[in-house]
Amino acid sequence: MNPFAYFEWIVAFRFMREGLTQSLLIIFGVALGAGVIIFMSALLAGMQANIVRRTLNYQAPISILPPDQVARPLRAGEAAEIAAQIQPRSQQLRSVDQWQKIRGQVVQLPDVIGVTPIAAGPGFAARGEATKSVTITGIDTESYFDVIALPEKMVAGRLDLGPLDIVIGTELAKDLGVNVGDKLRLATARKSASTFNVIGIFDFGNKGINARSVYIAFRSAQSLLDLAGGASSLEIKVRDPFAAETVAQAIRTGTDLKVDSWIRTNAQFFTAMAAQILANTLIRIFVGLTVALGIASVLVVSVVQKSKEIGILRAMGTARARVLRVFLIQGGVMGLTGALAGSLLAWGFLLLWRGVATNPDGTPLFVVVIEPSLFAIACVGATLVGILAAVVPARRAARLDPAVAIRG
Amino acid sequence: MCPHAHVARCPPRGSKASLGTARREAAPAATLRLEGVRKAYGVGTPVETEVLHGIDLDLQRGEFAALIGPSGSGKTTLLNVIGLLDKPSAGRLFITGQEASALPEMEATRLRGRAIGFIFQHHYLLPAFTALENVMMPMLATRGRVDAAMHETAAALLDKVGLTPWRNHKASDISGGQQQRVAIARALAMNPALVLADEPSGNLDTANADAVFDLMRAVNEAGGTTFLIVTHDPRLARRCDRIIELVDGRIVADAPNLRVVRRG
Repeated sequence: MNPFAYFEWIVAFRFMREGLTQSLLIIFGVALGAGVIIFMSALLAGMQANIVRRTLNYQAPISILPPDQVARPLRAGEAAEIAAQIQPRSQQLRSVDQWQKIRGQVVQLPDVIGVTPIAAGPGFAARGEATKSVTITGIDTESYFDVIALPEKMVAGRLDLGPLDIVIGTELAKDLGVNVGDKLRLATARKSASTFNVIGIFDFGNKGINARSVYIAFRSAQSLLDLAGGASSLEIKVRDPFAAETVAQAIRTGTDLKVDSWIRTNAQFFTAMAAQILANTLIRIFVGLTVALGIASVLVVSVVQKSKEIGILRAMGTARARVLRVFLIQGGVMGLTGALAGSLLAWGFLLLWRGVATNPDGTPLFVVVIEPSLFAIACVGATLVGILAAVVPARRAARLDPAVAIRG
Repeated sequence: MCPHAHVARCPPRGSKASLGTARREAAPAATLRLEGVRKAYGVGTPVETEVLHGIDLDLQRGEFAALIGPSGSGKTTLLNVIGLLDKPSAGRLFITGQEASALPEMEATRLRGRAIGFIFQHHYLLPAFTALENVMMPMLATRGRVDAAMHETAAALLDKVGLTPWRNHKASDISGGQQQRVAIARALAMNPALVLADEPSGNLDTANADAVFDLMRAVNEAGGTTFLIVTHDPRLARRCDRIIELVDGRIVADAPNLRVVRRG
């Protein structure tokens, strides 16, 4: 079908060509608006994905922990309490009760793609006179890598942990002056030190994690942390990280287990992200409104300028609906053309950004994925905004009284 | 060649549309009939003004009539009412036998496109379009889609008004006389039964005014199209078959132009 065989398309394009300067100016305006929206959205999505990826590098989306220990007040019958003040109880390292059974149940959940037990607790890493406090994490290498992509983070050595092997972060290796093949001692408050062989060094890209995390075999950690046969937590990976809280809620229901999702533990980050999304949405709305008002004002002026011609068209038997469509088409075409130009503009800026926003070592600050769907959405959105913006001027044109319009 | 050769209503070239009583009796339905048409503005307000006070008028097929009268006599209002651009406040209006005074807007637009052609003092061509496209426009506006027949009809009409060499020129790039001839071709595009011309030569010099008038006359004589021409120019009015005089919204004189009749 050739649209240019139809009255509405022919007249709409001729009208736009007649007011070429006006049309080009507004298309340029739409292009800027659409370009800003696409560029900002791509940047924001890239930034969010980057932060999410970095957080989930070293943190499982969901952790099942033993319930908090609470102090039970003494009661003297009829619910009257003897103690006036109840101090909260200190939390000691404990195992998740019946963790194997829970693991078996959780792994059945549809959204869960990995469950692994860990035995984690505080300790000290020492070499010679240097001592550093660390979090000892005992991992079951078979299942742990389904949840945390530790193998991808290795910068030296290997990961097949034997009973006396340890994998440490780059910062700790630097602080203690150890390398792959060296030995270091691990101690906890309860147990005397054991000596471990450093078999690998990892880098999570986070200084704190690299300085404080050490990985040893699950059984070694159970023994070191006095958790015989136990697991201090179950770490769970879910298909959609943003659905973690929903899955956590499902696990929480009907048990007294403490289930933390990364959404809860990183509440501040999520608040910041929500604020960012809100700000981006507001900017989109206002840019969209500005574009709409620009298109509407150009078309209102066009209707006034062409009122005689519209009157003549009406006098020669053009139906109101046809006149209406002539202006709706103009609005839609201006929106679409502007969005196409804006897409090119945004694409150029994103490529430029990739080249400019880099770390000192030349790697990108964060990866901005240029999603084709973003451009498609922007084009469809701008076309709709253009058509909606044209409604008022188009109705005005369609309602023009031909006798009055011709008389001017 | 008659551009509407396929339309039965179009008589053979050279046949003369005769005027007068004999034709009126034979015609099954008048091209135009007005019965007690009134038009008032500001109805129901303190400034209600009646512009047309009960107009009765018949125009038979093939008539070539002049509507004269002083400024403010209601000529343009009457033309707008007849052209279905305005609704009468009272009375009845028939176009080719169809009652048009109470038609809904969409129906009125359809009838206007099909049965009435307009020629204005200012040509009001669409400047972004060529002469040929301007003539095609009423057909395009009514049918919605370009077709080959439309192209041929428009080209034949432009040929008839002697503008074939200018058919692809933009309307804004041709002279005033040529523009008005394009406007005449455009008014004839839908092969209307009635052409309403509001001071068609008012903006032209004498030579061009005569040429435009002759052209309308030729169309009238060749195709039997009824013309109602508003004019201030007594010289041109005298060349019409019938002169209708409107004063203060009333027809004060309506008579065949004997000079023309005698000549015809």
